[in-house]
Amino acid sequence: MLYRENGQFRTSYAADQQIFPIAQDRWAILAIVVFAFVGVPLLVDEYLFRAILIPFLILSLAAIGVNILVGYCGQITLGAGAFMAVGAYAAYNFHIRLDGLPLLVSFLLGGCTAAAVGIFFGIPSLRVRGLYLAVATLAAQFFTDWVFLRVPWFTNNASSGSVSVANLQILSWQIETPTDKYLLCLTILVVFALLAKNMTRCAIGRQWMAIRDMDVAAEVIGIRPLFAKLSAFAVSSFFVGTAGALWGFVHLASWEPAAFSVDRSFQLLFMVIIGGLGSIMGSFFGAAFIVILPIMLNQFLPAIGRVFGISISTAGVSHAELIIFGVLIIFFLIKEPHGIARMWSTGKEKLRLWPFPH
Amino acid sequence: MGFFIETLIGGLMAGMLYSLVALGFVLIFKASGVFNFAQGAMVLFAALAMARFSAWIPEWLGIDSRLLANGIAFILSAALMCVVAWLIERLVLRHLVNQDGATLLMATLGIAYVLEGIGSSIFGSDIYRIDVGMPKEPVMILEGSIEGGLLINKEDFVAALVAALLVGTLWLFFQKTSTGRALRAVADDHQAAQSIGIPLNRIWVIVWCVAGLVALVAGIIWGSKLGVQFSLATVALRGLPVVILGGLTSIPGAIIGGLIIGVGEKLSEVYLGPLIGGGIEIWFAYQLALVFLLFRPQGLFGEKIIDRV
Repeated sequence: MLYRENGQFRTSYAADQQIFPIAQDRWAILAIVVFAFVGVPLLVDEYLFRAILIPFLILSLAAIGVNILVGYCGQITLGAGAFMAVGAYAAYNFHIRLDGLPLLVSFLLGGCTAAAVGIFFGIPSLRVRGLYLAVATLAAQFFTDWVFLRVPWFTNNASSGSVSVANLQILSWQIETPTDKYLLCLTILVVFALLAKNMTRCAIGRQWMAIRDMDVAAEVIGIRPLFAKLSAFAVSSFFVGTAGALWGFVHLASWEPAAFSVDRSFQLLFMVIIGGLGSIMGSFFGAAFIVILPIMLNQFLPAIGRVFGISISTAGVSHAELIIFGVLIIFFLIKEPHGIARMWSTGKEKLRLWPFPH
Repeated sequence: MGFFIETLIGGLMAGMLYSLVALGFVLIFKASGVFNFAQGAMVLFAALAMARFSAWIPEWLGIDSRLLANGIAFILSAALMCVVAWLIERLVLRHLVNQDGATLLMATLGIAYVLEGIGSSIFGSDIYRIDVGMPKEPVMILEGSIEGGLLINKEDFVAALVAALLVGTLWLFFQKTSTGRALRAVADDHQAAQSIGIPLNRIWVIVWCVAGLVALVAGIIWGSKLGVQFSLATVALRGLPVVILGGLTSIPGAIIGGLIIGVGEKLSEVYLGPLIGGGIEIWFAYQLALVFLLFRPQGLFGEKIIDRV
């Protein structure tokens, strides 16, 4: 009853084209953002920041990037982890090799480097698509894994092969506590999410979607596939690369190539598919699902076992985690192939008609 | 010269194992259009089952003969793989008919997780050995014609024979039996096959069973060579470039692609590796596949039905 758009008239083009045309949506999103900036740092303890919130924010950013490529432009990628790695290592090299370069600038340069690499590995998309393209992007994955492991220049000749950063600072803001890190990630995420949302609503986003829906038809109406596909690869890799830089600098602080392995790529693709292809909102849902589920299982499985009088060993828990994770993924794919975002919009439709659905 | 040929043969042997994995991919892709990422997990699962059954059966039944125990273990594992195939069709694929490729791909990744989890909770997650009585000792051959002779593992030789036998059997099955003919019909055109009364669901079960059996053979060979361990599940990722190279729809392509990749990896590791740093065999196969994608996207022997852009 509260969720009605009656009486909300759009009297200008600007009002008609806003991201959230319904006032209740607008206020709810604003309230969530304000709560995330002000409320969460007051309420949440350090463990929650470290284990859930910071990974969730960074992986949401990466998932948005993957969603641009897979969901909006229809090009399957299994190389997202590689672009995260490129972003992280490029940002690291900019950070340590150029003295006095502001931190944010190295993040963005990391993202740009990832975009360049993304364009390079996106070239096969001009010839093939679907599963074949997935294999081509896997080539990027294995190649970067090897490069960052074997070429000492990229890790600044670190003998252990792992790199680390310390003393993160933006202007005079020392980023030390988990709250600081959380706020940094949140700010970047909000800016980037807004950017992505707007990009998908303007000319370039429509080009991507046209290519996704039918590339021949798109070409006929004058969209250049080369530009559309490579720009999708570039933008997507830029997002993913920036997320990678954040993951390395802010979340891990010291990392090796294994942090960006092929499993990470699969994880990101899961997020996008479970969250909802072609939906920025869905990227958040997917990231939340994938980040929180293993932690929940880890916490609750032994407890559930105790209820039934079974003590589950640590190995047993990790096996059960794998099984439940796999089953849930299959379940979601069968029950809602369009992802949580579709459930969300169905729910909203129902809410608009509630309590008189007919 | 001798060293070169030894490397070549080592590559062929490794390539044969890739071929077996790729064969599983191709069988399932041809018949159901599903790109089965769970093939690696199936190899792991089958190998675990074989390793454990062959250790448990002498305890349960009190059989002393290793041959008999291995035989029973093989039959049990094969039956288990058929049950797994039936469950996958029944619980997953049947509900995902007509979904697009990415969704099916993700579903098989889900299956892979479930199989890994179930496999290691039933059979344990240690490293096991499969001992099917393969000869281990190396032999020298061709000492007369090449200086220094060639050092070859008998085990590799037996494994190659087994693989060739398997491929031959598969070929007979596909060409000469009515089920095989039905399988080929489904692979050519789902709707046409259905309209002449071929039951699609049963065909899918059969094809997953066959892929399961291929996985079992691959698992046994691989497991008796290197031991059964969790890393076996990642062989699926090694099999991917093979199917791209050989063509996703071609069984001979899978075999020859596997051999080329195997040889290419070993030769590049030995001759290129020292120049640019070791460990290149992991991505070498993928770069080879990438080149193929750019210039000959249907692979060496694939049909030209691939979505060209």
